[in-house]
Amino acid sequence: MSKINYLDELEAEAIYILREVAGQFDRPALLFSGGKDSICLVHLAMKAFRPGKFPFPLVHVDTGHNAPEVIAYRDQLAEKLGEKLIVRKVEDTIKERNLQDGKGKFPSRNPLQTYTLLDTIEEFEFDACIGGARRDEEKARAKERIFSVRDEFGQWDPKKQRPELWNIYNGKVDKGENVRVFPISNWTELDVWNYIQREKIELPPIYFTHERECILTEQGQLMATNEFIQIDEDDTIVTRNVRYRTVGDMTCTAAIESEAYTVEEIIAELKNTKISERGATRMDDRISEAAMEDRKKGGYF
Amino acid sequence: MELLRFFTAGNVDDGKSTLIGRLLYDSNSISTDIIETLTKQSKVTGIDTEIDLALLTDGLRAEREQGITIDVAYKYFSTDKRKFIIADTPGHAQYTRNMFTGASNAELAIILVDARNGITDQTKRHSIIASILGIPHVLVCVNKMDLVNYNEALYEQIQADFSIFAKQLNLKKISFIPASALAGDNVVSSSENMIWYKGPSLLEFLEEVEIERNVAGTEARFQVQYVVRPQTDDLHDYRGYAGNILSGSLKIGDKIKVFPTDAITTITRIESNLVDVKEAFEGQPVIIHIQDDLDVSRGATFVRIHEEIISEREVKATICWMDNKAFVNGQKLLLQQNSFRTKAVIKDVQGKLNIHTNEHLESDGTINLNDFCKVLIKTADSVSYDAFQKNRKTGSFILINENTNNTVAAGIIENDVI
Repeated sequence: MSKINYLDELEAEAIYILREVAGQFDRPALLFSGGKDSICLVHLAMKAFRPGKFPFPLVHVDTGHNAPEVIAYRDQLAEKLGEKLIVRKVEDTIKERNLQDGKGKFPSRNPLQTYTLLDTIEEFEFDACIGGARRDEEKARAKERIFSVRDEFGQWDPKKQRPELWNIYNGKVDKGENVRVFPISNWTELDVWNYIQREKIELPPIYFTHERECILTEQGQLMATNEFIQIDEDDTIVTRNVRYRTVGDMTCTAAIESEAYTVEEIIAELKNTKISERGATRMDDRISEAAMEDRKKGGYF
Repeated sequence: MELLRFFTAGNVDDGKSTLIGRLLYDSNSISTDIIETLTKQSKVTGIDTEIDLALLTDGLRAEREQGITIDVAYKYFSTDKRKFIIADTPGHAQYTRNMFTGASNAELAIILVDARNGITDQTKRHSIIASILGIPHVLVCVNKMDLVNYNEALYEQIQADFSIFAKQLNLKKISFIPASALAGDNVVSSSENMIWYKGPSLLEFLEEVEIERNVAGTEARFQVQYVVRPQTDDLHDYRGYAGNILSGSLKIGDKIKVFPTDAITTITRIESNLVDVKEAFEGQPVIIHIQDDLDVSRGATFVRIHEEIISEREVKATICWMDNKAFVNGQKLLLQQNSFRTKAVIKDVQGKLNIHTNEHLESDGTINLNDFCKVLIKTADSVSYDAFQKNRKTGSFILINENTNNTVAAGIIENDVI
């Protein structure tokens, strides 16, 4: 038997999972954030379904705090692919449901996007939502199944997870419930970059080094100055060569100092880094040991 | 670079988490911010050691509170030679179903033995499960050698005891390594405390061990997951059958038989990852085109005409019951094998296996959580299958409770274990 490369194996597993979604569900959706992981999912969906159309729309829950480069990339990609893009805005959910917007210096809409996500699932009666989460990101995620069943409130119950054996996926749910599906569960951050390199996948420019004005926080994180955050007089404003390691809200995702201009340079940089992807870039997971577990139980991705 | 999937079974007491922590830590796979969090947490839980490595793998609050592993956690690390996926599974008997889940995709089992205790019921249970699942290779890691003064004779005794016990099982290859996860002996580098041991360290072993994929599954097997039909003007007649090659290989020109309809046709075209190929191999995602206009839908199986598969509405299997609620006679079930699904009922419970001792027991007709039973299943449609011993992909299935939608059992077809 010929030895196959580990990227081929991870790719085959992801394509298999995407086709299981297509075969098992009536109204699936692919949650697209414009980040590298969901961009890989779109690339994998091409391999799974072309020359046919995707059996699902791309859905973006737009917090309104995204980098403009990412939104531009999203729209171009959907047009180039000729696939349906559904955008639902957290801004609208805040108005409709009379919710309290994020407050403080770095106002996060992270908890609010769960409302928009659940409303969107209800609006379109999605029975499966494909997402780009990876088990190496966080230790609660390390415990989650590839087909993760959520109740009608979107909640994850780690104690009631279905056994998931071999590559047999049970996506059977009742009306109102849905399954979150994670085709690249077994990929690490480095695997994603190696795949992007091999497949020559195009990414939004903020992943590569560029000059940007940032606030240097007390914890040493670089937060880009922008209209969504509150800039105070005593803030230390610096201009640095930075890139984003993960794409998230501009209010709670830090940039990292980097000179990496190409995918090759990013891979070299990652091999030498000592800090995890979430640790380097997220402000919201540092709150408690079980922050992610709790958010997932509340319907978060 | 190759990928190796292995599982470890056990609990904090067995040194499992320390062992995994050691592999990740010493191969530089843990980031500094995570170590920071762990150090903080270790102080909270009041454990003396520098870092409580169990906190790294036990990702749920309930697990950290109780100091036990309840569900599978997946961990990743790589060296210059290989990428590894670890399924870190619980050791307690009450979580057998979770262990079974984590073990099902593994190509290697690491069974931890505490050098002070030797072969225990837990060791036996884990080995029996590895045997039932047809895991190609089992590594017995005799841990905590530091606590028995690195005694060679004791290690040899454990090796001998395990080998005698393993004779009644279906384990193909067994290897042994004496180690101390806590002290780092034979985990990443060879131990100076055990110069009598000439074999590889655990990491060296993992980097070099031969990976056996689909056991003896050389006959071509393919199952349709999804039918690609663009229905556009320029691709009006396009009709492709998408799925992964489950075993063996298929090429253009192969005469195939389609199950369950028994129709015979020829492969005219194979696409894989957006390009046309002449032949596709095990594991590869493909879109297959056939010559004739046949009734082929999701779940249909393709085989080469001289490599027939069994196709019956009756399946004999060993199942592991995974539902909290016991089996009820006449319960309405669905049998799912890869992408194929059909209604099913368990007609007869023919025997039970004591997974602590490997004893075969008479059945009293009941099936409870974590029970291993030999059953006769009747299905509404024909299932196209091989014995699990012959082909892990076409010889395995799950049972779904039609009412609750839960996965209630994992099944292995025509296994000789019982």
